[in-house]
Amino acid sequence: MIWDWHFAGKILPDLLRGLVVTIEATLLGYAVALVLGLLWAVLRRSPSRILNQVVRWVVEFIRSTPLLVQLFFLFFALPSIGLTFSALVTGVIGLGVHYSSYTSEVYRAGIADVPVGQWEATTALNLPRRRVWFGVVLPQAVRKVIPTLGNYLIAMFKDSPLLLAITVPEMLHSAYEVGAKSLRFLEPMTIVGVLFVIVSVLSSLLLRRLEFRYGNN
Amino acid sequence: MATTDPAAEALPPSEDSADGIRFEGVVKRFGDNVVLRELDFSVAPGERVTLIGPSGSGKTTILRLLMTLEKVDDGVIWVNGRPLSHMKRGLRLVPADEKYLHRVRNDIGMVFQQFNLFPNMSVLRNVTEAPVHVLKLSRDEANERARELLDLVGLADKADAHPAQLSGGQQQRVAIARALAMQPKILLLDEVTSALDPELVAGVLDVLRNIANETDITMLCVTHEMGFARDVSDRVLMFDKGQIVEEGSPEKIFSEPENQRTQDFLHAVLDQH
Repeated sequence: MIWDWHFAGKILPDLLRGLVVTIEATLLGYAVALVLGLLWAVLRRSPSRILNQVVRWVVEFIRSTPLLVQLFFLFFALPSIGLTFSALVTGVIGLGVHYSSYTSEVYRAGIADVPVGQWEATTALNLPRRRVWFGVVLPQAVRKVIPTLGNYLIAMFKDSPLLLAITVPEMLHSAYEVGAKSLRFLEPMTIVGVLFVIVSVLSSLLLRRLEFRYGNN
Repeated sequence: MATTDPAAEALPPSEDSADGIRFEGVVKRFGDNVVLRELDFSVAPGERVTLIGPSGSGKTTILRLLMTLEKVDDGVIWVNGRPLSHMKRGLRLVPADEKYLHRVRNDIGMVFQQFNLFPNMSVLRNVTEAPVHVLKLSRDEANERARELLDLVGLADKADAHPAQLSGGQQQRVAIARALAMQPKILLLDEVTSALDPELVAGVLDVLRNIANETDITMLCVTHEMGFARDVSDRVLMFDKGQIVEEGSPEKIFSEPENQRTQDFLHAVLDQH
C-alpha cells in the first residue's frame, strides 16, 4: 500500500470537521473541569468535616476509575434512570468531570501555597467568606497554577479520541468512518496523528507564553 | 463606631458592662505547651498598653486571641461587655461559632509583623476592601476615607501602587491605614516593626505615635521598641512564661523595675540597641 495524495486531499475536509468537534469537546470539557475542579478544591476547605470528607472521596473515586468506564456509564447506564444526553454533551461532561479530579488537586496546591498571613488578614478585616475566596485567596492561588492547569488542557485533548466509543463524531471517529468506507486506513490515521501533533504543539507554544506571563514571578 | 452594630442588639451587655478588654482565667495551650496560664488582666477603653517579655512568653498569643485567630482553651475574654471567645446560650456561655465571631470582631483591628497586605490588589483596594464589603460603604465613600487615611500615614501618592512596589515600611503604613479604615475601637499591633530594615522603623513608629495622639483608640502593642513603648504607653505589662510578672507605668517599668526577670529582660533588650 502506498500513500495516495489524491485520496488524502479528498478526506481532509471530513477529518477537519472531526477536528472541530474534537476541539469543541476539549474546550467545553476543559471549562467544566476548571469550574468543577475549583468547586471541589474550595469545598475541601469547608469547615464542615463531613462535606470535606465526602468531597475528598468523590474526587478520589473519579480519579481512580478509567475515563472510558465513566463515559460508558454516562452514555449507557444513565439513560436507564431517565437521564439522556446527546453524545457530545455526554462526552463533555465525562471529560470535564474526569479532569476536574486532576484540576482540583492543582487548585488545592495553589490554595495551600497562599500564605497563612493572607487568611489571617481577612479574619482581622472580618471579610465575608465570599470575599475571602474571590477577592483574596483564589486570585493569588489561581495565578500560580495557570501553567499547570494548561498542561491538563493538552492531556485532555489527547484523551478526547476516547469519545469515539460513545459515538461522538470527533476526529478519530471521522477517520475510522472514512477508512471503513474505502478500506484505506493509512491516510486517515496518519492525518489524524499529524493534526494532533500540530494542535498540541500550537497549544504548547501558547501555554508557554501564558506561563511566561503568569509563571513564577 | 457610629454605624449600627447588629451584635449590640442581638446580645445584651454582660452584668458588669465594663467597656474595654478583660481576660478572665484565660488558658491557651499548643499541644503540651501551656502558653497562657490562667491569665487575668483588663485594659480600659482608650488605654495604651504595651506587652513586653521574652519570646514565647505569650504576648503575641494574647493579640491573636483578641483577633479571634486562636481559640481559648479555658477562661473567657470580654470585649466591651460582650464575651469574645464565647457566646451566650440561655444563661450559659458556650464557645463562639464563626457566625458569632463575625459579628463581634468588627471593633478590633490588627496590624501584623509581616504586613499581610493583599498582593493582588492596589494600595487603595487594600484599604477599601473591608469598608466596602463589611461596612457596606459605597465605593466613592470608601475611596474618600481611604485617601484620607493614606494621607495620614504619608502615602497619599501611592494609592494606585501595588504592595510589591513599596518598601517594607511603606507596606506597614498601608497595613495601618487598612486596619484604621474599619474604625476599630481596639487596635492590636503585633511586633509591627520587627520585620523592617532599621532605617524604616522610625517612619512607622511616627505614624503610630501620631495615631495615639490624635485618636482615643485602645491600643495593645507587642514590641521590642522600648523608646516607642515609653512614649505611647499608659501601662506596660511584663510577661514571662504565660503570666504577668510585673506591670506599671512605663516610667516605673523602664526606670526602676522591681522584678528580677523584668530587669534581666530589659538588660538583654537594651544591650542589643
